[in-house]
Amino acid sequence: MDTMLPLMVALPLAAAFLMPLLEKLREPEWLIDLLATLAGIALLAMSIRLLGTGQATYWMGGWNPSADATKGVFGIALSCDGLTRLLLLTISLVTVVAVIFSLRYMQRYTTKGFYFCLFFLMVAGMNGVVLAGDLFNFYVFLEVAAISSYSLVAFGCESEELEASFKYLVLGSLASTFVLFAIAILYNLTGTLNMAAIRQQMTTLAGNPALYVAAGFFVMGLGLKAAMVPFHAWLPDAHPSAPAPISAMLSGVLIKALGVYALARVFFTVLGPTAEYATVLMALGALSMLAGVLLAVGQWDFKRLLAYHSISQMGYVVLALGIGAAVLAKGGPKAIAGLAIFGGLFHLFNHAAFKSLLFLCSGATEYATGTRQLKELGGLAHRMPVTSGCCRVASLSIAGVPPFNGFWSKLIIIAAAVQAQYYWLAALATLVAFLTLVSFIKVQRYVIGGELPTRHAAVREVPASMGLAMVLLAIVCIGAGVLAPWLISTQGVPLLDQARDAVLAGPDYVTTVLGGTLP
Amino acid sequence: MAPYLLTMVLLAIGVYAIACKRNLIKVIIGVMIAEYAVNLFLILMGYRTGGHAPIRTAAMDEAAGAANAAQAFAAGAVDPLPQALILTSIVIGLGVVALMAAMAIRLHEKYGTFDVAEMRKLRG
Repeated sequence: MDTMLPLMVALPLAAAFLMPLLEKLREPEWLIDLLATLAGIALLAMSIRLLGTGQATYWMGGWNPSADATKGVFGIALSCDGLTRLLLLTISLVTVVAVIFSLRYMQRYTTKGFYFCLFFLMVAGMNGVVLAGDLFNFYVFLEVAAISSYSLVAFGCESEELEASFKYLVLGSLASTFVLFAIAILYNLTGTLNMAAIRQQMTTLAGNPALYVAAGFFVMGLGLKAAMVPFHAWLPDAHPSAPAPISAMLSGVLIKALGVYALARVFFTVLGPTAEYATVLMALGALSMLAGVLLAVGQWDFKRLLAYHSISQMGYVVLALGIGAAVLAKGGPKAIAGLAIFGGLFHLFNHAAFKSLLFLCSGATEYATGTRQLKELGGLAHRMPVTSGCCRVASLSIAGVPPFNGFWSKLIIIAAAVQAQYYWLAALATLVAFLTLVSFIKVQRYVIGGELPTRHAAVREVPASMGLAMVLLAIVCIGAGVLAPWLISTQGVPLLDQARDAVLAGPDYVTTVLGGTLP
Repeated sequence: MAPYLLTMVLLAIGVYAIACKRNLIKVIIGVMIAEYAVNLFLILMGYRTGGHAPIRTAAMDEAAGAANAAQAFAAGAVDPLPQALILTSIVIGLGVVALMAAMAIRLHEKYGTFDVAEMRKLRG
């Protein structure tokens, strides 16, 4: 099974490098579409296949330290635990949907081959980030995903897009620099880059001030990648400027794989949660949650509004991780920490589904009407029934209306905050949920409800493939919402339970990856 | 310790240029300075006064004697890993800078200026 791990990176890379060749061929045009769809579906199939397996580690080139402990940990490891599997499934799901949506949507742009080349490079980078078992490859894949996303944001080459992309590029490379600095400090302290081997030395290093310098750089770097509030300035420009399926990928999975997953991996698995880190995570989460939604309420650009909500919703996930870390650091009951982390990870998955769907809906309305200003839209319910229906489902999900998926994950996070006795945070999370609801009532009123403006009288529903992509995600939203409470109360959700256990594993991660502790 | 702190100063200069300079080219230079601060930091970690290349030769073993050849080698060799790391990081930096320069050129075509303050189509 572990031979599938490098394939998760190699397959999108191979697809990415074939695309420009097919672009040069020009004929037949459907070949690019076919390759993209097949690659997406293969990735989804592999990530579903991986779900049934336990912890797996693949040592590139057979440099397996457990074979001979005296050789030390130098090989490149790809490691797959529950958290990785959850992220891989999320990435593949959104990838497939974004590819299907792109088939028609991207025909307005001339060079679809180059688009899919960058697209699959980004997917390869994200898969690499979540699979990487050592910090340096983590950094390299982070850069692969980030650089392709910079170019994708600027894909339209209009002045706004270039401006947004340049801002994103400068802040993104600064973030990468910070991350590399943190990795360098950790390497200096431990003499190794393997995450498990670093974790093994954490007991002797505890309290070392250099560790806090490294953690500070990680917070700045990964906080920038996750667009947590004080580091969020680039996101509301970059995400709306990209083509709609890329917005869906960026908001849906990129900020999670590069930001939130990385924060969880670094602070829970590599450094181990302490009270200080927990406070920082909770502060970042609470700030992002509140500031994001307050900034979103006043927006009139559909995609910009969604981008601000991404900041806010990611705040929920980071807050939940922070609560989990705080309970663990205090030595509190593991069940409460587990509940918070479960809620956070569930929200991460849900957010990928409904925010991608919302961005696709905004792309569909823009495709049909040519505008994304809320005030110029309206009355699309009859003209575009599929898009409107999907937009309704996604809005209800993100607003936290039962029985949609967003409600359950927010409920679990708030319940965990109450159980951990962070009553203020629970109240804040409830307030933000309410503000989100208000904001999406506005979206519903201006996009779907109201009068159809005369200039949009000839508006028609988007092509079937774009509709299919949206319906798929809407089914995920409803399915997760309906099944989640039933599954959680009966047998549990293996996907999320294993991911939670992976976050909680802590020192056990060392034994599972290295196959026994090293001398 | 001082050289390490100097790399931090270099990083701070880069961050200053990114945050405060209005000219796109100067911002790009700021990013490059920040990147090179990390590269210097990495290479400093592998540095060892009077160290030799981490390649073990037969002549080296003969000079040290068979019994403690490995220890003598390890005591003098520099750490090769940071060098491999900055090689990768330089290549990544090159890609980023090339992309930034390309975008700066396109932005100059659109706006006719490199001044960030005059590029204001996006509103927060």
